[in-house]
Amino acid sequence: MLKIGPYEFNSRLLLGTGKYPNFDVQKEAVEAADTEVLTFAVRRMNIFEANQPNFLEKLDLKKYKLLPNTAGASTAEEAVRIARLSKASGLCDMIKVEVIGCSKTLLPDPVETLKAAEILLNEGFIVLPYTSDDVVLARKLEELGCHAVMPCASPIGSGQGIINPVNLQFIIEQATVPILVDAGIGSPADAALAMELGADGVLLNTAVSSAKDPVKMAKAMKLAIEAGRLGYEAGRMPKKQYATASSPAEGMVVS
Amino acid sequence: MKVIINGESIQLPDTVKRVSLLLKHFELEQKVVIVELNQTILDKSMHAETVLTDGDRIEIVHFVGGG
Repeated sequence: MLKIGPYEFNSRLLLGTGKYPNFDVQKEAVEAADTEVLTFAVRRMNIFEANQPNFLEKLDLKKYKLLPNTAGASTAEEAVRIARLSKASGLCDMIKVEVIGCSKTLLPDPVETLKAAEILLNEGFIVLPYTSDDVVLARKLEELGCHAVMPCASPIGSGQGIINPVNLQFIIEQATVPILVDAGIGSPADAALAMELGADGVLLNTAVSSAKDPVKMAKAMKLAIEAGRLGYEAGRMPKKQYATASSPAEGMVVS
Repeated sequence: MKVIINGESIQLPDTVKRVSLLLKHFELEQKVVIVELNQTILDKSMHAETVLTDGDRIEIVHFVGGG
């Protein structure tokens, strides 16, 4: 069971809703992923095209918790504004604090992220900040009272997988709140590794939406995350440099 | 009256005097939208009573796909 603030989830896969080929594929992928948390972005509406389809309208909102992000913000002030807008929908009180500090790498601005998180925590939000894999920053976000911390595996949408498993492990070891690996996951192996390292969950988007078959990949991610979690709970064997035979050394049918 | 919606200057008919009527005018009343009026976010419950005035800066936002 994954607990984030007051909420409990059976699924440890949080799914983004951007960049799918179409809504039908997306809906099927969301179902295949068996996710309970969906992220969204907040954007200006095209008021002259009120009938433009919106994915949110196609969902049974009783089945999902919405996790809006503050994507587009480059300052704490902008992030706070987007968070407040999302909450005014009356649909959610969780917020993924995402304050981008570099347009090329899309890496987060740690100072502004910390500032935004503090303001939003004071306003009663359930705060899940997107961060780099900085170990000290992760601790400081926890100390502020964030309900989960979401370090990236590698840059957003890059699909490079976990480029610094050592840092990620440090973040996980010191954690007192759920650690959700967010961004950079490219394949089921990456997601499984994150879970084997002890992450509490994985948030991904492009790995599914840009797969050749997003529905199949959604299912693969669900299974990988379940397998990784089970592996973590089971406790892997220690690595050894040399071989150890699995079959008995006695009674061999050779002279 | 003339207002600015999402950064665009828009002429509204005289009958559109309140936020709720504005949403109706653009056929958005059934949609999940959030309205900000002159930098103040409006709760849904405020839409019916909030009066619009000439030169208002309005943001109408919604949720779109994102990660």
